[in-house]
Amino acid sequence: MSVFFVLIFVSMIGYLIYFSMEKSEDFINSPYNTRQDTFSDRVIRGKIMSSDGEILAQTDVYEDGSEHRIYPYSNMFAHVVGYDSNGKSGLESEANFHLLSSHSLFLDQMKNEFMGRKNYGDTVISSLSTTMQSTAYYALGDRRGAVIAMEPSTGRILAMVSKPDFDPNTIESDWQWLVEDGNNSNLLNRATNGAYPPGSTFKVVTALDYFRKRGSFEGYSYLCQGSITTDDHTIHCYNDTVHGQEDFYDAFASSCNCAFADMGTMLGGNSLRDTAEDLLFNKKLPLDTYRTSTFTLNNNSVTGLVMQTAIGQGDTLVSPMHMALITCAVANGGVLMRPSLIDRVVSDSGELVSQTEYTAYKRLMSENEANLLGKLMKSVVEYGTATALNGRGYTAAGKTGSAEFDENGSSHSWFIGYCNVDDPDLVVAVIVENGGTGSESAVPIAAQLFDAYYYN
Amino acid sequence: MINVIVELSKYVILTLMIIYTFHCFYMVYKQDEEEKRELLRQQLMMIFFMDFTAFLVIFLKTGDFNIIIFYLEMMVFFAAIQILYRIFYKKASLLLLNNMCMLLSVGFIMLARLDLQAANKQLMIVTAGSAIALLVPVLIRKMKFLNSLTWLYAGIGVILLAAVFLLAQTSYGAKLSLMGIQPSEAIKITFVFFMAALLSRNVTFKKVVQATIVAGLHVGILVLSVDLGSAVIFFVTYLVMIYTATRKVSYLGIGVAGGSVAAVVAYQLFGHVRQRVTAWKDPMAVYENEGYQIVQSLFAIGTGGWFGMGLCQGSPEKIPVVKYDFIFSAICEELGVIFGICLILVCMSFFLMIVNISLQIKNPFYKLIALGLGTEYAFQVFLTIGGATKFIPLTGVTLPLVSYGGSSVMSTILMLAIIQGLYILREDEDMEIERHRQEAAQRVRERAEAQAKRREP
Repeated sequence: MSVFFVLIFVSMIGYLIYFSMEKSEDFINSPYNTRQDTFSDRVIRGKIMSSDGEILAQTDVYEDGSEHRIYPYSNMFAHVVGYDSNGKSGLESEANFHLLSSHSLFLDQMKNEFMGRKNYGDTVISSLSTTMQSTAYYALGDRRGAVIAMEPSTGRILAMVSKPDFDPNTIESDWQWLVEDGNNSNLLNRATNGAYPPGSTFKVVTALDYFRKRGSFEGYSYLCQGSITTDDHTIHCYNDTVHGQEDFYDAFASSCNCAFADMGTMLGGNSLRDTAEDLLFNKKLPLDTYRTSTFTLNNNSVTGLVMQTAIGQGDTLVSPMHMALITCAVANGGVLMRPSLIDRVVSDSGELVSQTEYTAYKRLMSENEANLLGKLMKSVVEYGTATALNGRGYTAAGKTGSAEFDENGSSHSWFIGYCNVDDPDLVVAVIVENGGTGSESAVPIAAQLFDAYYYN
Repeated sequence: MINVIVELSKYVILTLMIIYTFHCFYMVYKQDEEEKRELLRQQLMMIFFMDFTAFLVIFLKTGDFNIIIFYLEMMVFFAAIQILYRIFYKKASLLLLNNMCMLLSVGFIMLARLDLQAANKQLMIVTAGSAIALLVPVLIRKMKFLNSLTWLYAGIGVILLAAVFLLAQTSYGAKLSLMGIQPSEAIKITFVFFMAALLSRNVTFKKVVQATIVAGLHVGILVLSVDLGSAVIFFVTYLVMIYTATRKVSYLGIGVAGGSVAAVVAYQLFGHVRQRVTAWKDPMAVYENEGYQIVQSLFAIGTGGWFGMGLCQGSPEKIPVVKYDFIFSAICEELGVIFGICLILVCMSFFLMIVNISLQIKNPFYKLIALGLGTEYAFQVFLTIGGATKFIPLTGVTLPLVSYGGSSVMSTILMLAIIQGLYILREDEDMEIERHRQEAAQRVRERAEAQAKRREP
């Protein structure tokens, strides 16, 4: 009997050790954890730097001892680096614990403690690249939307832009109008928390479901007549274009709505939902702060809604980050790497404190499925809606989308894709609000990002 | 400058705690009485230096002179209890006494740091409790009729629990106390007495059924009062005592199976049980509501890390009811996870001491009492620490002797006094046997001498 109790005591100790070694990090870094803020009485908040060595945020201490957080790039990194007063956001929140922990030399720390001076917090070196970020920032211009660029093989995020934005240097004085201005939501990071209809980029999901049901894209054939009517519900191809006789690659490359709406009714709501949920719809994304995407179909859904959903309209809502993650999985042989913004943490004196290990988050699809979806996406660039990416000195693959958001047919312009098809280097996801078709607004931005990645 | 002292104090306190814990176990292997006494003396020094360092730091950080007054009062109490035991109960277990002082110390340090007023109140109750407890070993020795009051214990238990259920106000979703007193704490003792009295002589199937019905009543009323922690403690104690008295594995099996079914039924039936389980599975997902407490607790333990933040450097006050159910998290936050592990080990040594005592007692009534009280103690420690660290779902019980709470600390001190009383009785038994043996030897010798005399002439 006493052996049993000793056993539960020992297992409790074991669990406590396990918690401290493995689990505690998740809790320490949680944005809900405000305990670290008490560190700031004794530590000067550390710097945030880009991967190419530029300072993105640092704390200046004035002569009177007051501290000011400075963001040299002002609006450019607004959402992704975030702010540190009136609450915290972005990296300032995610890396709070590191920024307020000091790993300076022990003797220096002791000296500072004796003199009653504060120690310097650790420096967080992010994966963000100023080249990629500024390219994305200027490419989007003064339009609303979001741009994400990340490495599919590691999950490193190189650029993340959301517009409209704000200046983190003046967040305190601007706070009132930023919060009260309901129309713009400048503070919202549209890249990770925007909720958009996916438009035709969702055809990647429909295509995967088709493949899972049929086992092959070969042998598919459809005659597009510009519109399709089932159960009194009519779907049109863009501009009522008649695509004629097409195989699966043609239908995907030219983003034929009729073919995919037809496919949707054939696949049914449950099947589409299962595949969507395999791709993390209705599921938590790797980071708790990312918005969960919603997908509502089931077998009882009316045909009209199924057709709409299969082409990316209907009730489905995604964030650009989620579409980027799906694209990453396609580009990385089906495995989604855990997205990360931090490369490493170094002490004030430059010693390495911790290095991010790139780990797989989850396999979203088989390698074969990823390769075949990649082939479909390649056809989009080769002879479909994203031919603007051809002939730029690198290969590319992707999918465009125009997501209608009102009765007049106005649409958000989408592009998801990657470059260097054989060994993908960079994944991008772009959305331009009210930007028309994907090829009009989003594809040119993607082209600039790929160019910048290789030529700058 | 103060920061340096605080920083250093962390390591000083931790080192003292580690050595103390080591002594707890090391002592068991020592046969030599003189060596044992030396180790016990050293343990007292550890407690003394730990309290001194801790209260110095708290004083430096708060600048409150009342801290010093409290510290002195506390020292007087510890000195008094150690001296009085040495005078009146020479044969008491001093390791058990030391462990009690250690656990009380840790509790007083955290309470003084969290809420000095509470610490003062706790010290008063502990002093009063200890004064009463000093009489308990004598009473146990004199009152030989204690094992014939079986149904009185059962009656007191059921009636008091029912009164709480019917009359008590709901606080934190549970009905716990009447006029500021939690009867369930006292009933922990009467329940063990009931079980021991019933099962100490020839255990028949009928008696097992009777025990089961009374235990079921206790547990049932507690579940209805939403005092889940106490309900589980009573149930486990019931099982352990039945098994020890009968040595039948089949009872244990049936009991565990029955308990599991009851747990599932309770899960389906009661919203509050489901809430606890949801909060346990993924507290972050329900952070705003039922997960808040546990997440704050884990923040505290995680942020504190191996060595802790140092006294008065963390923010344990962010955890709701930190003084009661989450004192362990506050300890881990400020004194470190390693300190927390030592604390678990001290609790374990405490439990093993009690088991050891129960093994040495021959009178089955007393034996069962010691074992029952030990089980209650150990399982309560498991529930509260396991709950605060998310090892098991939260049940909302206190850490005996460490947490704030008059009824809890009072009943634990009485429990210990009872166990000390039993320990002294055991020594009496030993002496009795020794005397018998000596008398027998004497008789043998006398007979031999008589025979020799007879042969002489």
